[in-house]
Amino acid sequence: MTDLIWLVVAIPLVGAAVNLFLGKRIGEPLSGWIGFGAVAASFLIAVEPMLGFFAGDSEPSTHFLFSWIPVLGVNAELLWDPLSALLTMIVTGVGALIHLYSIGYMHGDERFPRFFSYLNLFIASMLILVLAANYAVMFVGWELVGLSSYLLISFWFTKPTAAAAGKKAFIVNRIGDWGFLVAMMLIFAAFGTFDFDIIFGTAPGVLSVTMATAITLLLFVAAAGKSAQLPLYIWLPDAMEGPTPVSALIHAATMVTAGVFMMARSAVLFELAPVSGGIVATIGAATALLAAVIAVSQRDIKRVLAYSTISQLGYMVLGVGVGAYTAGVFHLTTHAFFKALLFLGAGSVIHAMSGEQDMAKMGGLRKKMPITFFTMGAAWLAISGIFPFSGFWSKDEILAATFAQGGAWYLLWGIGIVVAVLTAFYMTRLFVLTFLGKPRWDADAHPHESPASMTIPLIVLGAFTVSFGLVNTPFRLSFEHFLEPSFHGIPHVEGLTNVLITSLASVTLVVAIAGIVVAWRRYRVDELPVEVGGWWDRALVGFGVDDLYGRWIVAPGRRASELASRADAVVLDGAAHGIATGVRSAGEALKPVQSGRVRTYAGILAVAAVALVVVTVLVGGGF
Amino acid sequence: MSEVIVFVIFAAVALVGAISMVSARNPVYSAMGLLSTMFSLAVLYVVLDAHLVAAVQVIIYAGAVMTLFLFVIMLIGVDKADAYGRQVPAQRIMTFVVAIGFFAAIALAARSAWITGSGAFGDPEMNGTIEAVSDELFGTWTIVFLSTVMLLTIAAVGTIALAYFGAEVEDEEALL
Amino acid sequence: MIALAVTTSWYMMLAAALFSIGVAGVLMRRNALVMFMSIELMLNSVNLTFVAVGSDLGLIEGHVAALFVIVVAAAEVTVGLAIIVAVFRKRASADADQLAELRG
Repeated sequence: MTDLIWLVVAIPLVGAAVNLFLGKRIGEPLSGWIGFGAVAASFLIAVEPMLGFFAGDSEPSTHFLFSWIPVLGVNAELLWDPLSALLTMIVTGVGALIHLYSIGYMHGDERFPRFFSYLNLFIASMLILVLAANYAVMFVGWELVGLSSYLLISFWFTKPTAAAAGKKAFIVNRIGDWGFLVAMMLIFAAFGTFDFDIIFGTAPGVLSVTMATAITLLLFVAAAGKSAQLPLYIWLPDAMEGPTPVSALIHAATMVTAGVFMMARSAVLFELAPVSGGIVATIGAATALLAAVIAVSQRDIKRVLAYSTISQLGYMVLGVGVGAYTAGVFHLTTHAFFKALLFLGAGSVIHAMSGEQDMAKMGGLRKKMPITFFTMGAAWLAISGIFPFSGFWSKDEILAATFAQGGAWYLLWGIGIVVAVLTAFYMTRLFVLTFLGKPRWDADAHPHESPASMTIPLIVLGAFTVSFGLVNTPFRLSFEHFLEPSFHGIPHVEGLTNVLITSLASVTLVVAIAGIVVAWRRYRVDELPVEVGGWWDRALVGFGVDDLYGRWIVAPGRRASELASRADAVVLDGAAHGIATGVRSAGEALKPVQSGRVRTYAGILAVAAVALVVVTVLVGGGF
Repeated sequence: MSEVIVFVIFAAVALVGAISMVSARNPVYSAMGLLSTMFSLAVLYVVLDAHLVAAVQVIIYAGAVMTLFLFVIMLIGVDKADAYGRQVPAQRIMTFVVAIGFFAAIALAARSAWITGSGAFGDPEMNGTIEAVSDELFGTWTIVFLSTVMLLTIAAVGTIALAYFGAEVEDEEALL
Repeated sequence: MIALAVTTSWYMMLAAALFSIGVAGVLMRRNALVMFMSIELMLNSVNLTFVAVGSDLGLIEGHVAALFVIVVAAAEVTVGLAIIVAVFRKRASADADQLAELRG
C-alpha cells in the first residue's frame, strides 16, 4: 500500500481543483462533501501503511515521482517514515474533521465551494511538506502552505482587517522563507544534495560545527516564521480574522506545526550544533512565557486561544531545543487534537452567539450547549496539563527533558513551570467565563447547540484529547520507539530515575491544579473582576509589539519605498520620457522623406541597387 | 554562325520592344512592345535549350499575363494625358543617369569571370526538356513548388477579395 | 573567319539592357499600368540571366528558378492589376503620382 502514497497528496489537490473550477456549479453542500471526502480518502489510504510502523515490520521508504531539476540531481520524491506518517495522520485526520465541521460552519457563505478548494489546497500543501524526501520538495510545500494560509486568513477579504491579517501573515512568513532558502543554499554547498537520506546519513562526518550552527539557526528562523516564535509570532493573533475552522486548521493540524516538524526532521543537524539548541530552547521558553502572559489578559475568546497556541508552540520548540525531539513531536500531536478541539468548540460558541467573540458577554452556556461544553472541558483539562489527559503527558515529557539537561537549563525548566501555571489559569478563565456563571449575553442572542456536522468532530477530537497521551507515558515509551527510525539513531534523553520523573510530573500537576484553583476562585463569582488599567491594558495589546514593529520596521520601510517611488518618477520615468521625446522628434525630422510618391521610392531603390551592385563587384574583385 | 544571327535579330527586337514600351504614350502600344520583347525572349530560351521555359514564357507571359494587361487597359480606358508631359527635366535626366548607371554596373559585373564562370562544373549535355526540369522541380524542390501553390491560392483569394470588398465607387461619372 | 560565337556575356548584356530600360520605365512613367509592365520587363530580364547562366554552367536549377519567377510574377500580376482596378474605381485615374495618401 505504500506505493499509493502519492495519492495522499494527489487526492486533496484534485479536490481543490474540482472545487476551484466547478465549485459554482456543484454548489453547497456537495462541494463541502467533496472537500471532506478528498481529505478523508487521503487519511484512509495512509492508515494501513502507518500501522506497519506501529507493528514494527515496515521500513521507511522513498517514493520517486519524477525527475524535477536534473542539473542539481533534485527529484520529486516522497519519504514515508514514522515521522511523516504521524504528521500525515494528524494533517489528514484532524483536517478531515475540520472539513466536516466547516460544512456546518460555513453554511450560507456565498463562496462556500471556494472555501473548500482552499482548505484542500492547504491540506495538500502541508502533505507535500511533511512527505518531502528532500529540502527542495519540502520548500515547495512550505511556500504553498504560506500561500494557502494567506488565501484562507483573508478569505473574507472585503473586511479590511482580514485582508491586512492575510498580508501580515504572508509577509512575516516571507522572512522565515528567507531563512529556509539560505539554509538550503548552505546545505547544498556542504552536501551537494538536498536529499534527507544522504544529508542525515553523512552529516556528522561532513558538517563542521560552525556550518551546522549556521544552517540550524537559519532553519530556526524559518521555523520561527511558520511556528510563530519570537520575534516573528505577530502574525498568528491576527490570523484570527479568518473563519474559525481556518484558525483551527492553522493552529492544530497544519501551518504552525510545520516549523516544529521541520526542526524535528532536521534533528541530526541540530544535534551537531549545541549552540543552536540553546538558542532555540531559550527562544522557545521566552515565547511560551510572553504569549502566556498576554493570553491571560485577552477578552476575545479566539485571541486567548491564539496566544495559547503560541505559548504551546514555545513548549514544542523548547523540546526540540533541548534535544527531546520525540517529546516536541509528541506535544505537537496532542496539541493538534486539543487545540483543534478548542478552536472548533470556540467556533461552535461563536456560531451560537451569532458572531459574538467577547467572553465578557458569554457565560452560562453550559446548559445551552452541552456537547460543546463537555468536549471543551476535556480540552481545557488537557491543555492545562491535568492527569491523565493527553496534554499532561506531553508537556511533562518536555519539562522533564529540560530538567535532565541540568545547569543553566534549570532556569528554562522554571520558566516552563511558570508557563504551566499561567496556561492553567487563562484556560480556566476562558472556560469559566464562557460556560459557567450567569448568562451575560445580549437580549437578542439565542444560543443553541450546533448541528451534528459540527458536534461530531468535537466528540471525535474529544476522545483523542482524553486518551492519546497514554501512547507515550514515561513508563511505556511506544511513541518513542515508533518514531525511532526517523531520528537516525539520536539517543533519547536519559539520566532521570523513575522517582525523579514521578516527582517532576507531580510538580507540574500540582502547579497546574494551583493555576486552575486560583482562576476558579477569581472568576467563578457573580461579579466579574474589573480588568482594566496598567498591566492589563498593556498585555491586552500584546505589550505594543505590533506598534514597535510599526515604528521601527514598517515606517522606515514605507519611507524608503516613497523615496524609491519618487526616484522612479524622476529618474526612470524621466529617462523613458526622454527616449520617447527623442524618438518622436527624430520621426518628425525624418517625416518629409516619406513623400508617399511611389516613383520617388522606386528611384531611391534603384540608386541603392546600383550602389549595391558596384560595391559587390568591388568587394568581389570584379574589376 | 546561325546562332549569332538569331541572337542579334531577336536581341534587337527585344530591345526595340522594350524601348517602345517605355516611351509609347498609349498604354496599348506599351503592351504591344512588351509582347514583342517576351516573344523574342522565348526564342532566345529555345536557343539556350530551355524548351520548357520557352513554352511557359509564351503561354503564361505572352498569353495569359499580357491578355490580362490588355483587358485591364480596356477596362480603365486609355489615359493618354499621362505620358511624361509634366515631367521635370531634372527628373528625366536623373532617370537616364540611374538607368545607364545600372546598365554599366551590371555590364561590368557580367564581364567578370566570377559571374559567368568557367561553364565546366555542370552537365554539358544538359537539356531543358520537360522531363529534366520536372525531375528537378518535383524532386529537389518539392516543398518550394508546393509553397508556390499556396502563393497562387492566396493571390487568387486576395484578388477576389479586392474585387468584392474593394473600393466603393466614389466618382460614378468617371466610370461612364 | 573570326570565330564569332554567342557567349553568356552577350545574354548578360542583353539582360542588363532590358533591366535598365525597365528601371527607366518605372522611374519615368506615371501611368501605373506602364510602371507595372516595366516591372514585368525587369523580371523577364532576370529570367534571361537565370536561363543563360544555367545553360552555361550546365545546371538545370537555372531553368527551375526561372519557372518559379514566372509563377511569382503571375501571382503578382493578378494582385497588382486587381489593386489598380480597385484604385481606379475609387479615383478614376491610374496616375501613380496622385496616390500619395501615405505621405508622412
